[in-house]
Amino acid sequence: MGLGLRALRNVASLELVDRAGLRAPLERLVHSGSKNGFRTAVAAGRAFKATQQLSRPARQSTTGSRQLFDLTPTDEQQMLQEAFGDFASARLRPAAQDADGAGAAPDELLAQSAELGAAMLGVPEELGGATGERSAVTTVLVAEKLAHGDMGLAAAILAPGGVATAISLWGDTAQQSRYVEPFTGDDVPAAALAVMEPRPLFDPLELQTTAVRRGDAWVLNGVKSLVPRAARAELLVVAARTESGAPGLFIVEGGTAGLLSEPEPAMGVRAAATGRLILEDVEVSAGALLGGGDPDVYRECVARARLAWCALSVGTGQAMLDYVIPYVNERRAFGEPVSHRQAVAFTVSDLAIEVDGMRLATLRAAALADAGKPFSREAAVARHLCSERGMAVGSDGVQMLGGHGYVKEYPVERWYRDLRSAGVIEGALLV
Amino acid sequence: MIDLEIPRKFEGLVAQAHQVATEVFRPISRKYDLAEHEYPKELDMLAALIDGMNEGGGAAGAAGAAGVGGRDGAEAADGNRNGSNMSTCLGVMELCWGDVGLLLSMPRQGLGNSAIAAVADDEQLERFAGKWAAMAITEPEAGSDTAAIRTTAVLDGDEYVLNGEKIYVTSGERAELVVVWATLDPKQGRAAIKSFVVERSNPGLKLDRLEHKLGIRASDTAAFRLEDCRVPKENLLGSPEIDTKKSFAGAMQTFDNTRPLVAAMALGVAKACLDETRERLSEAGVVIDYDRPAQSQVAAAAELLSLEADYEAARLLTLRAAWMADNRKPNSLQASEAKAKAGRTATDIALRCVRLCGSIGLGESELLEKWARDVKILDLFEGTQQIQLLIVARQLLGKSSAELK
Repeated sequence: MGLGLRALRNVASLELVDRAGLRAPLERLVHSGSKNGFRTAVAAGRAFKATQQLSRPARQSTTGSRQLFDLTPTDEQQMLQEAFGDFASARLRPAAQDADGAGAAPDELLAQSAELGAAMLGVPEELGGATGERSAVTTVLVAEKLAHGDMGLAAAILAPGGVATAISLWGDTAQQSRYVEPFTGDDVPAAALAVMEPRPLFDPLELQTTAVRRGDAWVLNGVKSLVPRAARAELLVVAARTESGAPGLFIVEGGTAGLLSEPEPAMGVRAAATGRLILEDVEVSAGALLGGGDPDVYRECVARARLAWCALSVGTGQAMLDYVIPYVNERRAFGEPVSHRQAVAFTVSDLAIEVDGMRLATLRAAALADAGKPFSREAAVARHLCSERGMAVGSDGVQMLGGHGYVKEYPVERWYRDLRSAGVIEGALLV
Repeated sequence: MIDLEIPRKFEGLVAQAHQVATEVFRPISRKYDLAEHEYPKELDMLAALIDGMNEGGGAAGAAGAAGVGGRDGAEAADGNRNGSNMSTCLGVMELCWGDVGLLLSMPRQGLGNSAIAAVADDEQLERFAGKWAAMAITEPEAGSDTAAIRTTAVLDGDEYVLNGEKIYVTSGERAELVVVWATLDPKQGRAAIKSFVVERSNPGLKLDRLEHKLGIRASDTAAFRLEDCRVPKENLLGSPEIDTKKSFAGAMQTFDNTRPLVAAMALGVAKACLDETRERLSEAGVVIDYDRPAQSQVAAAAELLSLEADYEAARLLTLRAAWMADNRKPNSLQASEAKAKAGRTATDIALRCVRLCGSIGLGESELLEKWARDVKILDLFEGTQQIQLLIVARQLLGKSSAELK
């Protein structure tokens, strides 16, 4: 396809096309080609089989009621922060620009992140996971570190874990024994949560994707937007409106008939190879409905997804700050470092203040989620901060580098695109 | 383990402070806004009550600046500590939800008390215990630039002789002591600046006038002249040596403790505005749906959500700064981050809430307009917004005050 597009560009630049009056018909052709031509069936990746006999669903326990305000991560969390932080700076940051250009995450990096256990943070020990306690805070800390390396790669790495976490949190015994185990090994399935739909003012509580009961099956129809690695998805959790009008979450395996994908490259998180999912009479079993269709489960899922994007915003925002500080100290104008000017220095202060505020709000919501307490308001507040202030961090960061912020020689223009994206996308990931 | 909720052990204190705010401050709020310079006599009984509570140890430092800088608070098994810096911030938030001007008028809770608590030696602590202390730093020609202070202190026998002019002294008329910043040698800059405890009854300390202000009218703001004002040399706080490395840092360290406190004041006013506006909007049929994106809600709900979000960021930044102080972590950067965010956010919230509530917001029949006037001081005193941004920037960029002016 890449070759095809290059050829197309060459044709489009020919003056001959205009002289011969061929441009309009050619553009129509290209338009319909891009509309339908790249649509492919989501490949059947693997056969999921029940592996464990569970008498009841395995769950991570809530962290229980605590006594004191505390900002110190546990020893275990600090170890994970260090491991994923090293991975992000040694492997993700150097690969970021190429992955952004290619619109894909290198398989090797995905495999390495699986070895680090990126997909099993939310899986209970009983199902082969790493921790017995709930892990939204841990996932936020890890996600921040990964996004400090690169947000697009971080999204590609974290998407499968989101599905594993969803099934761990809300799956029944059959769903857990069939789907969770592969996420705890080295060969983690490509998987993601599909919530967003392509239209303005998208509201996750007003879905147009439908799920209709037909005998022993659910039949899904609709279009899902900006799903990480959609073309390669082996397992999906798809949000759809049931006949009662309430939204529900459905487990859909890659390769199911009627499940199609097409590339949907976006402004940011390009390394996550985002795509659209087209569901045309996709039939799944009655047992595919997650969490018994409880609307509260769905709302919690949406809020947890927002927290994942918040964590990525915090990581990329911190990366911006860490990059801008030495830059403005080294860059000289009018005979001194530009950081000696208040207009520059105060912008740096605001970057730090807003990123810290975003981080604390995100952690507060995540800690409440782990404690099993309501966190819808706190998640909304964190989301709003990360969307508004995160966007400003992107813009101000570019501003600090001036023209250098606008060219691909520096990572800052990518962070500008990523920070805008993180504040817009719904679903896709989960903490 | 990460947890950003208010610790359970402070819930009682918060409830108590909220009750004081509701039952003592709110009912007299408008009265003393209109009767500027009149002493809020209702506060004497309250101060006695709070002194009693402090002695009882139950709600230590709930009310004001005297509470911060302490080193109390039991340590949890993992070494984590929630002590008086946090409890004071929480208490102050609630009381300022009631009325920030009245909080600033609380006897024995002045910023001078905080300076004494931070810098005084044991003998001084004992001598000044239980007295209400105001703080006099600003001069007509020196505000944020404290190094430009021109009030002089000259040693004459066993006494320092102070001469100069001080303005914007909160509680200057009512306090029993005034902590005066003066220089031992104007040529030596910051290092020569010291603070001196002056008895309010000292004949050399002459009250010039009380200011008429935009807000916090319940709180008296005094201007003084110091004319051959003689104070015992034992009233100098800290070391009399002019040490270019340490001295000024010592004076400034008070601010690391009081800045989160002023941030807490701003948050109290902001919360009052948000609570009132939320209720008014809900009567008008507008309620935030936290599960839906802001842009798919009506504009007023989206705006309220946006204000709540910035409030939350400022609140958590403030609790972080207080928590670090309780755990003896250096927090100068975080204290200034909190003050900068809280000061500007609270002002923004108050002014926007006035707009959301229309004539109810503007009219004197309700308190929103008053809060919108009161709140602005909190982005000015204890270091303006711009001073906080300077402090943050200098630390992040590793710049001296000579490099980053």
